Amino acid sequence: MPAVSKGDGMRGLAVFISDIRNCKSKEAEIKRINKELANIRSKFKGDKALDGYSKKKYVCKLLFIFLLGHDIDFGHMEAVNLLSSNKYTEKQIGYLFISVLVNSNSELIRLINNAIKNDLSSRNPTFMCLALHCIANVGSREMAEAFAGEIPRILVAGDTMDSVKQSAALCLLRLYKTSPDLVLMGEWTSRVVHLLNDQHMGVVTAAISLITCLSQKNPDEFKTCVSLAVSRLSRIVSSASTDLQDYTYYFVPAPWLSCKLLRLLQCYPPPEDGAVKGRLVECLETILNKAQEPPKSKKVQHSNAKNAILFEAISLIIHYDSEPNLLVRACNQLGQFLQHRETNLRYLALESMCTLASSEFSHEAVKTHIETVINALKTERDVSVRQRAADLLYAMCDRSNAKQIVAEMLSYLETADYSIREEMVLKVAILAEKYAVDYSWYVDTILNLIRIAGDYVSEEVWYRVIQIVINRDDVQGYAAKTVFEALQAPACHENMVKVGGYILGEFGNLIAGDPRSSPLVQFNLLHSKFHLCSVPTRALLLSAYIKFINLFPETKSTIQEVLRSDSQIRNSDVELQQRAVEYLKLSSIASTDVLATVLEEMPPFPERESSILAKLKKKKGPGAVSVNELEEGKREAGELNGGGERGGDSSAISTPSPSADLLGLRAGHPVTAAAPSAGSLLVDVFSETGFIHYGRLMLLIFLRTHERTITKPVPFLAVPACLSASHTLLSLALRFVCKNNGVLFENQLLQIGIKSEYRQNLGRIYLFYGNKTSVQFVTFTTTLNVQSKPVEPLIEGGAQVQQVINIECLTDFSDAPLLNIKFRYGGALQNLTLKLPVTINKFFQPTEMASHDFFQRWKQLSQPQQEAQKIFKASHAMDTEVLKAKLLGLGMALLENVDPNPENFVCAGVIQSKAQQVGSLLRLEPNAQAQMYRLTVRSSKDTVSKRLCELLAEQF
Amino acid sequence: LRIKGNSMESKIRFILIQNRAGKTRLAKWYMQFDDDEKQKLIEEVHAVVTVRDAKHTNFVEFRNFKIIYRRYAGLYFCICVDVTDNNLAYLEAIHNFVEVLNEYFHNVCELDLVFNFYKVYTVVDEMFLAGEIRETSQTKVLKQLLMLQSLE
Repeated sequence: MPAVSKGDGMRGLAVFISDIRNCKSKEAEIKRINKELANIRSKFKGDKALDGYSKKKYVCKLLFIFLLGHDIDFGHMEAVNLLSSNKYTEKQIGYLFISVLVNSNSELIRLINNAIKNDLSSRNPTFMCLALHCIANVGSREMAEAFAGEIPRILVAGDTMDSVKQSAALCLLRLYKTSPDLVLMGEWTSRVVHLLNDQHMGVVTAAISLITCLSQKNPDEFKTCVSLAVSRLSRIVSSASTDLQDYTYYFVPAPWLSCKLLRLLQCYPPPEDGAVKGRLVECLETILNKAQEPPKSKKVQHSNAKNAILFEAISLIIHYDSEPNLLVRACNQLGQFLQHRETNLRYLALESMCTLASSEFSHEAVKTHIETVINALKTERDVSVRQRAADLLYAMCDRSNAKQIVAEMLSYLETADYSIREEMVLKVAILAEKYAVDYSWYVDTILNLIRIAGDYVSEEVWYRVIQIVINRDDVQGYAAKTVFEALQAPACHENMVKVGGYILGEFGNLIAGDPRSSPLVQFNLLHSKFHLCSVPTRALLLSAYIKFINLFPETKSTIQEVLRSDSQIRNSDVELQQRAVEYLKLSSIASTDVLATVLEEMPPFPERESSILAKLKKKKGPGAVSVNELEEGKREAGELNGGGERGGDSSAISTPSPSADLLGLRAGHPVTAAAPSAGSLLVDVFSETGFIHYGRLMLLIFLRTHERTITKPVPFLAVPACLSASHTLLSLALRFVCKNNGVLFENQLLQIGIKSEYRQNLGRIYLFYGNKTSVQFVTFTTTLNVQSKPVEPLIEGGAQVQQVINIECLTDFSDAPLLNIKFRYGGALQNLTLKLPVTINKFFQPTEMASHDFFQRWKQLSQPQQEAQKIFKASHAMDTEVLKAKLLGLGMALLENVDPNPENFVCAGVIQSKAQQVGSLLRLEPNAQAQMYRLTVRSSKDTVSKRLCELLAEQF
Repeated sequence: LRIKGNSMESKIRFILIQNRAGKTRLAKWYMQFDDDEKQKLIEEVHAVVTVRDAKHTNFVEFRNFKIIYRRYAGLYFCICVDVTDNNLAYLEAIHNFVEVLNEYFHNVCELDLVFNFYKVYTVVDEMFLAGEIRETSQTKVLKQLLMLQSLE
């Protein structure tokens, strides 16, 4: 093969590059470039027509200058001209210039589409490939519009060269990814799938990427690819190491194709056809067997290629999660890698084992490697490997080994890299909570955590320990004792002081019997830390002091003394000063009874999703913590806190963000405006620093009573609807998906109007029953398939009565409640069943977000079941303003400037239910030409995506 | 059942060849970035990769992605992919690519990539397209490159 010499073919270019390289300074380089730019400009503008070679040379120089980081604002036309050259080298430079610069000048695309069209139909494979590569590199919507119809034809045509097919397949993939609506596979589907059988391995390698992507989007239409992929894989796996010649890489047959085939299979459940399944299991066994064979080469390329296939096979085995034998074999194989001398393999084995740990079949097998993994955590040099070891310990943790794992993680924390400390702290906190059998161990662990890595213990972690201590009677005494001991350390972390202050303020009385921790000793200990603490901690301590006065009357004078001192009562910080003044006053004027009421022990916290888990999720993205794990965590957390029942009436509390939602101990937390419901006010009280604030005393008493008197919203949405009513009436409810008010029902006798309002997870519906006749309706009753307040039994002719229904959304739902109405008109009994227009979207809170955030969240919700999609015909005129109004009525935020295509609509919102908040994103793509819509909904909960999609598909 | 990666993004986000000093010898983007973002990514990748030594893995987490890289003399070849993608397959894809360059340029050196930058793009497009692996056979790629070389 001839060597390629420097700048071969274009001497001027080589000289120019040499000149630039010889420049001693940036200034010299810029000078040289400007000189060249002037030269090129004059050539392009000159009277003399340039020949193709010169044009190519100058365009190539411009490209080089651009790649050095300089702006290029001319030469585009010359580049476009090169496209119509008959010479490959000229065409190539033209296409390259366009592919590289097209971002900065999209106007170009229209100019070049014509040249591309010519090359595509030239029947010259080299030119066709150049054009296809250009489309694949640029992938703009304009190109999709121009070529999405043509490329499938090229891909499946019998006379297309193999290399062109390869390019066409990937070019189509690129267009499908940028403009899926424009790439209609329909008639081509079967022929594309059969490319898996193509004789040319390169064609299969390229086509399989396209097939995989299409399968993920349309699994049913492409499901025939499964058996084809299995037989292709089987042929590769069983071939001898030299059979595939060109496609054998270091004695490994077709490693990349094998990986792609195994990955395609991960789009589907295990094959149902027994023969196919058998063949596949055989392949997987062969791959596992080969891992045990002696290597055919000592080269790392050989083992890497072989192990690339092995890891992909293990991914598939884990994906199926149904073959215990294979799972255990995979685990054993990975176990061997844990001690391999290659760092790469140790890393990958740890990573892969993490997913094996979540399978019931291999969890135990993974656990046997605990010592090796702990050793990795201690000795690995590469922090990313240690990180994987920590992840794996977390994943393999269960009741049997929790104490050991938590202890190891704690000791690792002492020396852990700063970059991973916070995450480690969260993990330790979660494991300690999840597997706490005795709560003294839990308390010890968290206090140790604060001792070892106090700076990395986020608020969520120490809030959580307090929540749990408050909710568990049996650990309160121990917690008080332990925290008292921990505070004895001369230098203890401020977080320890916070926990100590809170716990002693609540439960100091439980250890006060011991003279070594008498009330005054406790107080002095806490107060000895006071001056080293930040303002929020001091504020918390002041609240602890007033609690002390209530718990231990004997400390009253000492504490009043402290409160009265100038450093408190005249503190320059307003919050501290106010507290000192108020607490002092409260302690001097209030009677013991009032004091005891105001300062009574904190009520148990309502149970929600563990805040720490939420934090870890946020840190790692939703993919990092599996759904199972979360639910398990929630369940366990529920047990820990004595279940939800102790939360009592506080179920009405709802807070907008998970971080504000804990103890809300942050000082100076702004009191949220508006929200006049008792629930929200209660939250405001919680969000004051420390316990109860004298200034809020009246408010609190008001709330405590008010909370009990407000009508508890009727929790009916959790009750399944009965299915008695006629369909026509039921479907009326769909008209109210995007609006809240209107006429729900009307016939000759009766008109029912509806007004509804929703806030957070609560709603209120006003129903107006209007008698259109001049005769009384008697024995008028309405029954909801759940309870509601009775309505007036009699409606005068021409009169209207009103009924109010309170609603609380407990969890997401798809069946709306049914309302049955019975009355007598004249002698005849009228009976009517209506579906109340309560749909899940009513509980949306709109969420505004920027484009970047939107797409990031969109990507995070990428599990297939999280997405629901519908393509449907427009049933109304496609008017942008009407669409906007409807989407706004839906309750989500309509986001502007997010979707790159201004025709599309994107929305974001969070559904508020008592059980959880479900974030949802929506994208509506109208296709005016076809009078069709494509609607895509992604939410963190699959049933919600599905339901929203169903509801909305009827609306446009 | 989990699906790997996000099906609507290309697998490979970008391919970078940089020298130790941070000079870019090839930047091939498979995702839309504006020029400032590209520059930032180039600098970040350089910072992340050059601090690692031979005892480290060839993989490094990078934003929401990962970089698979390999060092050849003074050059770092980096591929940015999804965190769920197959590390070893891309690591060997790099090596396969380097072997093709080596054959094509007869003992490739950094200067070959500088003076023939426009040919390197052709090699890349033969082997990777639309962020996917297009062709893996060195024989086939070299035969095609040789054919193109002979064209005017």
